[in-house]
Amino acid sequence: MNRIVYLDYAASTRPYPEVIEAMQPFFLEHFGNPSSFHVFGTAPKKAIEQARAELADLIHAKPEEILFTASGTEANNLAVKGIAMAMEKKGKHIITSAIEHYGVLHSCKMLERLGFEITYLPVDEYGMVDPDEVGRSIRKDTILVSVMLANHEVGTLQPIREIAEITRGKKIPLHSDARMAVGHIPVDVGALGVDLLTISGQHFYGPKGSGALFISRGTRIQPLIHGGIQEQGRRAGTEDVPAIVGLGKASVMAKEKILEEMKRIAALRNKLEKGLINQIDELKVNGHPEKRLPGFLNICVRYVEGEGMIMMLVSRGIMAASGSACSSKALKASHVLTAMGVDHATAQGSLLFSLGRETQEEDIDYVLAEMPPVIKRLRMMSPIYPGNRS
Amino acid sequence: MQHSDYSEKVMDHFNNPRNMGEIRNPDGESQVGNPTCGDMMQIQIKVEDGKIKEAKFKTFGCVAAIATSSISTEMIIGKTLEEAEKLTNDAVALALDGLPAHKRHCSVLAAEAIQAAIQNYREHALGGAK
Repeated sequence: MNRIVYLDYAASTRPYPEVIEAMQPFFLEHFGNPSSFHVFGTAPKKAIEQARAELADLIHAKPEEILFTASGTEANNLAVKGIAMAMEKKGKHIITSAIEHYGVLHSCKMLERLGFEITYLPVDEYGMVDPDEVGRSIRKDTILVSVMLANHEVGTLQPIREIAEITRGKKIPLHSDARMAVGHIPVDVGALGVDLLTISGQHFYGPKGSGALFISRGTRIQPLIHGGIQEQGRRAGTEDVPAIVGLGKASVMAKEKILEEMKRIAALRNKLEKGLINQIDELKVNGHPEKRLPGFLNICVRYVEGEGMIMMLVSRGIMAASGSACSSKALKASHVLTAMGVDHATAQGSLLFSLGRETQEEDIDYVLAEMPPVIKRLRMMSPIYPGNRS
Repeated sequence: MQHSDYSEKVMDHFNNPRNMGEIRNPDGESQVGNPTCGDMMQIQIKVEDGKIKEAKFKTFGCVAAIATSSISTEMIIGKTLEEAEKLTNDAVALALDGLPAHKRHCSVLAAEAIQAAIQNYREHALGGAK
């Protein structure tokens, strides 16, 4: 195989070498427990607070509003369940959207079993929530609204500011899962008006095992993990110092490169999108045409199935993802595409290319050359492709 | 670089499918499954002297769906109809050196498609004799 083209940045990203370098001393040299009063605790404790300030700076928050977690999923769990537990005396109604990450959706499902009521907001054909629908769904007993900032499959950006205007007026906490957005587009928690925001290190060139939840000052939350008084008593357990330091460094790198990278990556994505549309018929682009993450291109290729596409692309060195039923172990089509009204047969042919830092123009040219023969071959095999009937 | 739960045999049949395509005037044919559920297989057969002379497939579906249809056509060519219709999903899976648990339904679909094609041939042959 000649070329490897990684276009699955939505799954994970290769950390910056600077991130790994920054983490190194905290494995062997500064292994101490940050809670220790002796000297071995000093460097780790300082490093954590520096990382907290670095991440806070990236999203325009105050350092004390950052709580480190082990993943974006944990942050989502903490936001939903932690608010539910802190507010259940006020009410048991939560509003979220049908296209959230499973960290939010399955937390909501769990709360339903405990007697909470959840409203799952629909989305339009572009995968966007209607803020007015949020307003209409709010009840006296609504205690949380959770709508993601950018969708993890189609990249559609949600109207969080407009939603925040509504929730602020009603004094209902607003959580936004920003795991796909932070580090890729500017995120300002103040301007967005959110009370809670999920961050994931591995999605913007930080290490796995690093995540955070922004919790605005004054927002009450119950911890999920009980024990010591780490993270202001809101998440017990000795801090994963190297991961936290790595997340801090990734934040610094992101801040430096974000604007330039956004433009570069969007241009490459647009080239890929146009090139594929020009060469392959019956191809549907999913997600909002403009209000979309710069690195995301989600398409449905009619008459073929996603897993077959993925595997044929793999054999050509191209790494992408699919939301088809067959490519998931649960054998269910993507809940995001389904919520957007994409019919099941079309959703089977879904393919997600997610671009990032190392994506070059030659990679895009390579994909544009390799995709049409793959699709042609699979369509030739497909009993439902009308082009086969002569 | 190949990373999957699939055996080499599955990948071989996916990458180099045997008997893919259509028969112009098939003696029997079937379509099982549907694209909404994820998989759809089409099997066509040519029968001579009670034996399957030719078999072709077309499949909309995942790697396992394509591989199971491919190997089932291989397994029935040259067999008598009675032998061919005894093809079980287990035999298909075994011939592929196994399938991941969540892909076993593909072998079931392949065996069903073969049986349905033979059934279709019998209905035709019977209809023709009348």
